[in-house]
Amino acid sequence: MDFGFTIAAYAVAGVLFILSLGGLSGQESAKRAVWYGIAGMAIAISATLTGPGSGLWLMSLVLIAAGAGVGYQLATKVQMTQMPELVAIMHSLVGLAAVFVGFNAHLELASVGEVLREAGMAFPQPKGPIAAPVYEMLGTMSNFAALLGKKTAVEVGILRVELVLGIWIGAVTFTGSVIAYGKLAGRVNSAAKQLPGGHILNAAAAAASLAFSAMYLGGAGGWTLIALTILALFIGYHLIMGIGGADMPVVVSMLNSYSGWAAAAIGFSLGNDLLIVVGALVGSSGAILSYIMCKAMNRSFISVILGGFGGAKGEQQAIEGEQIAIDSDGVANALNDADSIIIIPGYGMAVAQAQQGVAELTRKLRAAGKTVRFAIHPVAGRLPGHMNVLLAEAKVPYDIVLEMDEINEDFPSTDVAIVIGSNDIVNPAAQEDPNSPIAGMPVLECWKAKQVFVSKRGQGTGYSGIENPLFYKENTRMFYGDAKASIDSLLPKIA
Amino acid sequence: MKIGALKEIEQGEARVAMTPDSAAQLQKLGHECVIETGAGAAAGFSDAAYKAAGVSVVKTAAALCKASDVVIKVRPPQEAEVKRLRDGQTLISFFWPGQNEALMDLARSKGANVIAMDMVPRISRAQKMDALSSMANIAGYRAVIEAGNNFGRFFTGQVTAAGKVPPAKVLVVGAGVAGLAAIGTATSLGAITYAFDVRPEVAEQIESMGAEFVFLEFSDDELPDGAATGGYAPPQSPEFQAKQLAKFREIAPDMDIVITTALIPGRPAPVLWTKDMVESMKPGSVIIDLAAERGGNCELTKADERIVSDNGVVIIGYTDFPSRMAAQSSTLYATNVRHMMADLTPEKDGQVVHNMEDDVIRGATAVFGGEITYPPPPPKVAAIAAQKREKPKELTPEEKRKQEIAVFKAQTKNQVTLLAIGAALVLGVGLIAPASFMQHFIVFVLSVFIGFQVIWNVAHSLHTPLMAVTNAISSIVILGALMQIGSSSALITVLAALGIFMAAVNIFGGFLVTRRMLAMFQKS
Repeated sequence: MDFGFTIAAYAVAGVLFILSLGGLSGQESAKRAVWYGIAGMAIAISATLTGPGSGLWLMSLVLIAAGAGVGYQLATKVQMTQMPELVAIMHSLVGLAAVFVGFNAHLELASVGEVLREAGMAFPQPKGPIAAPVYEMLGTMSNFAALLGKKTAVEVGILRVELVLGIWIGAVTFTGSVIAYGKLAGRVNSAAKQLPGGHILNAAAAAASLAFSAMYLGGAGGWTLIALTILALFIGYHLIMGIGGADMPVVVSMLNSYSGWAAAAIGFSLGNDLLIVVGALVGSSGAILSYIMCKAMNRSFISVILGGFGGAKGEQQAIEGEQIAIDSDGVANALNDADSIIIIPGYGMAVAQAQQGVAELTRKLRAAGKTVRFAIHPVAGRLPGHMNVLLAEAKVPYDIVLEMDEINEDFPSTDVAIVIGSNDIVNPAAQEDPNSPIAGMPVLECWKAKQVFVSKRGQGTGYSGIENPLFYKENTRMFYGDAKASIDSLLPKIA
Repeated sequence: MKIGALKEIEQGEARVAMTPDSAAQLQKLGHECVIETGAGAAAGFSDAAYKAAGVSVVKTAAALCKASDVVIKVRPPQEAEVKRLRDGQTLISFFWPGQNEALMDLARSKGANVIAMDMVPRISRAQKMDALSSMANIAGYRAVIEAGNNFGRFFTGQVTAAGKVPPAKVLVVGAGVAGLAAIGTATSLGAITYAFDVRPEVAEQIESMGAEFVFLEFSDDELPDGAATGGYAPPQSPEFQAKQLAKFREIAPDMDIVITTALIPGRPAPVLWTKDMVESMKPGSVIIDLAAERGGNCELTKADERIVSDNGVVIIGYTDFPSRMAAQSSTLYATNVRHMMADLTPEKDGQVVHNMEDDVIRGATAVFGGEITYPPPPPKVAAIAAQKREKPKELTPEEKRKQEIAVFKAQTKNQVTLLAIGAALVLGVGLIAPASFMQHFIVFVLSVFIGFQVIWNVAHSLHTPLMAVTNAISSIVILGALMQIGSSSALITVLAALGIFMAAVNIFGGFLVTRRMLAMFQKS
């Protein structure tokens, strides 16, 4: 089939991809939307396979089938609590694939040039129509090589810029995602750590890669490309190493965005509009997610990337009172007496795998005619929307799982608020203490409920390392212990 | 430990400090329970019911005191009862240590500890032991019922075939616990209820109970701050009092029922309803004076008596409203005592730990370890957050409009600036880049734009599926690899093959996991 048909198929695929993202606006339409995405992908791939110039399609099919097998294994085996890790590791694959495709473009460009020059023909092409013998010569090469061979000097220059961009972003995405995966999976220490030199090292590496890319564009040859790839790999590694575990929602969305931009850059260098469209869609999606996450932590994107929390701006308010513990009987009694209950899950619930117990508790309480709702802070967990997915897995109906803005006003009329494994997102200091490092961060105002129970391992502070005055409030009781064990011990006591 | 409940010896007192229910809870704390025979009879709890709950019944008060480590009762003890206490024994009851210094001294000389239920500090944590509030709640309810009993008309207005009945007008003075309970009861019976309190901050509570707040014109600074006195109304300035009385005088002729609940801690009750006000009321009107025990808010009140004024207004000065609803008040009081015991038994092992570091226990303890510990130091935590005086300024409609316009202008400015910068950048690129690049570039710019429009609408709860699906579709780089795999160079083929494989993993993994997640989202 000819080229026109492939382009048409790409147009259809592009529309389907847009619909598949747009459909995520609601839980029900999302179930349909994912099929649009799958259909779009199928159309795009088959159009490319059957399109002009693609060789070795049998091998391609075999490879795709093998990839499908691995992908299927990953997708069906993964636990919902491990979702952040899976997403992170998948980003790394996109990044690496982008690097490979970029290198290929470079190699192909070199080989085409060589062939043409050996045949005594000009490369890059001079302006104006391409000479007939060149055209004939290109006709004997693969489609991709022919595409490259037609380029003029300016076009080749631009191609190289795109290539460098694609490879650089792809490489940063690759190591960054691998480190993010390691941190999320607990294989790499999740604390923010940097080599001596810190951000100066990153800046130096970035400056050096800029120099190398300038050299590459000036025609210095393949080694500059390899050097700048290595530098990009280092930046990805070092940047993400310097960011702590709780900032991972931002990091993962940022990497998501990068993988999109890498695809878009590759699309430019290959002259493929579908790649550009999809890359741009994914890139902007990740960018918006990062923005939402940063806003929810009241921090600028830069400060998250630079890692760690800033120091306190002044004397922090001293906390008066003491943390008062309570046992499961006390919590169960209060729950039995309560009419309205709000549960605030956090990363601790995911770590302890307590979502099933929480869901069971919810079912029991709802069966007893109580109003039970969930309040989700945008940055709860390690991935945007992480808590929603965990609760959905445990079969908590999504219409009782509410966002911060929807539920914050309801706390004063709530009998019991249960905080499970969250800390900073329920810290009243954000509102009460202008000197607190998290001052101004939007938080869930659970302390306005008549009673608050905090399920927590021990008396430590949260990710930000600041004391949480909530734990010292008069209507707060600390329910110490592993979240799963604590919730499970409550279950038989709920009438 | 053994907890023993005494039978009340005060004439007419029907309450009891332990109910079969509270005994069961106390036993859960590891205590044994004892009760004097017939102690619960007046409140409707028989000895048999106690026995069924595992409580041992003893014949006399003396035997009970001997057998118990903790003695509980309702009314302040009489001298004879205090004399029976022994070293190390704890008494929990109302005590009014401020007024009963002699008794306190006697208890100290006996070596007994005294926890006064009336001294429980008014902090949120101690609400469950706040017996004064429980009793006040009952008194407020009963006051309305008692008024209804003495009032010859309906509370609610009715239009019947036999004529129109106007609704009763009820005025509640003092919106503490008792006042609020009275407001709630009167409103639910259908009366038109008015309420007054010197603390303007309770206006909201009054209105939430369905009554109308009687406002006094007074500037904010002259008003007392209730937060400084543990939630009780402080004494007022003479000017304020004069204004207040003038207001009452103005509305007195309209009121059918007046319920006064105004008390100032440690002082006689203020006189708020003078003789001339009573005289201006309609015959058949009722005044219930809940402050009668402390002299009464009404000038004519006589404690424990029902009197009728010369113009036919009934004035009731009973002081035993809670006791008149003994079953209810015993249940609540027993629960308050049970909560106090729970705080005294932190390990739930039946061992009483009298922790004088604890704000609540310290506050309620009047005698401990052979020493008088009354008055307690102020609690470490303030009872009620200090009042916020400055209210956010109400904006006039014009100001609001102005603000909206300013916000709109700022937004427009922002948007236009961004658009201008963006356009300039695109145009700049267009100046140097060749047309073949620009064809792709326009696609890129429009796609970014569509992406921003579409993604803002994605539900927050679906952010994880969004990431998984964008992840899957960003594997569209597979197209590049597919195009390159047919190359003549072996290295390119290998790299492209690797690219295809990895992207395929991602495509399938991404879509499958998205589907898995989305299938889990279920509506209730």
